[in-house]
Amino acid sequence: MAAIRTKPDHQLYTFEGFGSSKYPNLMLRGAGDLHNWHLKVYTEKWEGYEACRKALKMEPAAVTAEVKASDLRGRGGAGFRTGMKWGFMPKDTPERKVTRYLVCNGDEGEPGTFKDRAILEYNPHQLIEGMVIAGWAMQCRTGFIYLRGEFSWLIDKLEAALQEARDAGFLGKDILGTGWDFDILTYRGAGAYICGEETALLNSLEGRRGEPRVKPPFPASVGAFGQPTTVNNVETLAAVAPILRMGGHAYAQLGTPGNTGTRIYGLSGHVKRPGLYELPLGLPMDFILNDLGGGSSTGRKLKAVIPGGSSAPVFDAKDFDCPMDFDTVKARGSMAGSGGMIVMDESTCMVQALLRLTHFYAHESCGQCTPCREGCNWMEMILHRLEHGQGRPGDLELLASLPPRINLRTLCPLGDAACGPVESFLQKFRGEFEYHLEHKTCMVGAKSILPELVAAH
Amino acid sequence: MNHPLPPETSDVPLAPGERLPKTQRDKLSPEAVAKIQAIASQFPDRMAGTLPALYIAQKEFGFLSLGAMKEVAAALGVTEGHVFGVATFYTMFRKKPVGRYHFEVCTNLCCALNGAAELLAKVIEKTGARPGEGPSPDGLWSVDEVECLASCGSGPCIQINHGVFDEFVDEAKLEALMDACRRGETAAWGE
Ligand code: SF4
Ligand code: FES
Repeated sequence: MAAIRTKPDHQLYTFEGFGSSKYPNLMLRGAGDLHNWHLKVYTEKWEGYEACRKALKMEPAAVTAEVKASDLRGRGGAGFRTGMKWGFMPKDTPERKVTRYLVCNGDEGEPGTFKDRAILEYNPHQLIEGMVIAGWAMQCRTGFIYLRGEFSWLIDKLEAALQEARDAGFLGKDILGTGWDFDILTYRGAGAYICGEETALLNSLEGRRGEPRVKPPFPASVGAFGQPTTVNNVETLAAVAPILRMGGHAYAQLGTPGNTGTRIYGLSGHVKRPGLYELPLGLPMDFILNDLGGGSSTGRKLKAVIPGGSSAPVFDAKDFDCPMDFDTVKARGSMAGSGGMIVMDESTCMVQALLRLTHFYAHESCGQCTPCREGCNWMEMILHRLEHGQGRPGDLELLASLPPRINLRTLCPLGDAACGPVESFLQKFRGEFEYHLEHKTCMVGAKSILPELVAAH
Repeated sequence: MNHPLPPETSDVPLAPGERLPKTQRDKLSPEAVAKIQAIASQFPDRMAGTLPALYIAQKEFGFLSLGAMKEVAAALGVTEGHVFGVATFYTMFRKKPVGRYHFEVCTNLCCALNGAAELLAKVIEKTGARPGEGPSPDGLWSVDEVECLASCGSGPCIQINHGVFDEFVDEAKLEALMDACRRGETAAWGE
């Protein structure tokens, strides 16, 4: 049990008004409290497993209908409608008896994104409860929680929580006397960002290299171990219990139509109060940045924000008023993605920042598709030249010509993810790139934030 | 507990084309083999035991030599090629020995914005180990750069063996942590 954290963390989880009807506190309940993860606290303080009892009295299809009514959209990045996804799971037919699996994607590896960790650390039972309800709705027998390898320190806690749930009869055989068996196994990845992609995750779960698979077939027909599988993000599954408790329609009142409920935003970078903020969808970005995050931590003006995890195209100051919901952020040229907001002040050199991100994608490319494998490295090399004062004439045009040759030409979205930053940085901060090329030095005079490996290349 | 340092004499990664003599193996303990088999039997396909088995082997030996990978293949009843392919795909499976305290410094963007490069430089200076180059001469430390550790809001951060330590804004904190390691208060690799 060594890995169960015993020291309080400095992470910020609450703010004025948090928990009120305006900013309801559904998923981060008790976050920051080291004892909150116990079943006892969950049931006594947070109506734990009430939603599960309620769901198990309903028909499985009615549970899915409730989630559909909530209009919940997946919180992992793509924003696909969860109820609809559940509905894709095939039923048994006379020709084919299937074993259905539910997989929780806890491979949180996107720079800027650190929300799932808080749920796993402080509210594991809410995730387990959500998985039991989802498992019932889709009539699964087994669930897997796939965690990124670096979360080894969280696995002990999760295992302990699972055991508590088993002992209390919420997991295992004949759950709450319904005759239905369902158990959850944990699985630890080993440090590959690409395993956050659902088919790569399934390969990894089967003990293989985490290389994405060709779709179709989609996991709903051929997923883990060749069987129908639904993969949901940690935060998505953690939202299921509140939905069942409140009722889907009541949940859909939160947020804005089509972008319902609350989600967890992660603030990081040059911001005074970095941390996790659970908010209804649709609040403007500058409210989150300034009113909650306290604005710039350095006293300098903020220059750019990546709104949804490192693969989302960057916003400059004129977009800071953007309402944070899936559709509006997309309409303004970026992605709400995973909700991780990376904040950069005026002193940040955009060439350096982009080089660092591109290094990440080049490093994490699984290597299956040539455009991604070669393209990401190529983009990194060009950026490396620019940053180190060795840019060549035509480099900017060359760099700009690469994303269209990678985008939508690869097996999985990692290639596209690498292009989002390159295209948007070049478009919004072109002046800085030109300055680097022309003057062999940085326009903002920034000192290097680049570590050894990226700097050396 | 005083954990032994990772074995120094275990076979090192081979040069391309070089082959390992069949007899050269790191023997997994019977307990480890039993554990591997118990884990594999939980899954519909034994192959799913590969990642957990590699972790078990890595815990026993400190890193994964070719011999260790062969042992894993034998314990699982899968091909050696499969195990080798998996072990080399994932960065957390180490193909080289690490120090008793393995410092992995996140240098991705959010941490970089808050001073990860300086932190890494300090870690290198104080430990005497360099990224990617194995343990320091005393075997106590090794250092690597890693990608995001999901502590972006409290960066810059370091993972040491199984713990994440964040908010490294001053040198004193790093020194205090290294002292805690020296006193054995932080779990050594493999514990
Ligand atoms: S796009 Fe990149 S990461 Fe995705 S499958 Fe192709 S090579 Fe692998
Ligand atoms: S960027 Fe360092 S922990 Fe995410």
